Amino acid sequence: MLDDSQLENAKSMSIIVTKGTLDWAYPPFILGTTAAAMDVEVTMFFTFYGLVLLKKDLDLGFSTLGNAAMEMPMMGGHMKMPNMLSMLPGAGSLAGTMMKNLMARKGVASIEDLREAAVDLEIRMIACQMTLDLFEYSKDDMIDGIELGGAATYMETALNSDINLFI
Amino acid sequence: MADQTLNAQGLNCPLPILKAKKALKGMGAGQVLEITATDPGSVADMAAFCNQTGNELLSTSNEGDVYTYEIKKA
Repeated sequence: MLDDSQLENAKSMSIIVTKGTLDWAYPPFILGTTAAAMDVEVTMFFTFYGLVLLKKDLDLGFSTLGNAAMEMPMMGGHMKMPNMLSMLPGAGSLAGTMMKNLMARKGVASIEDLREAAVDLEIRMIACQMTLDLFEYSKDDMIDGIELGGAATYMETALNSDINLFI
Repeated sequence: MADQTLNAQGLNCPLPILKAKKALKGMGAGQVLEITATDPGSVADMAAFCNQTGNELLSTSNEGDVYTYEIKKA
């Protein structure tokens, strides 16, 4: 880890994580873990739908609804994913399974792997207390090593960070 | 000669970087890590990683689909 003189000069980044679907889980975890690997002090604040990314059991799907630009590689070409698909029962988990298979084939890390890396790299992960209350979760539903906090906790971190992202 | 080797072939962004970081963590200053990867994006990323962390990118080479990097730990 960094020694004291390095810590004083260390860059820092905070990310507010607001979305918990499979596709939206990637940007914050990829950037967070990569930044931490580059000696940046990283804080991730999980709020609203992003909170589920801290649950012990991840079961991430995603919706084709509203992802109008999405094209999946298929039989040598690309197939658009019409909004209507999202109306079919089970479409979200099916789309999630398809995406997970595609990612595994292409050597893309799973969210579980990236989250484990985030823990290894000592990323500070804060669960929004208000969201826990709102959606009736307890800290026991979440992975070990996280903190609980609110807007003021985030602000204190953000004011001292070089980079602040909202995803 | 590298002190340690890391095979990151078949892995996509950001795994080659994360694995490089993990490998370097267990090594001593001045030791050399040799990494092989197939992710074309790793060319730019490995250079950026080294610039930022102070580890020295001794060499980058490419044969077929495989990229080889030698990094000297700071």
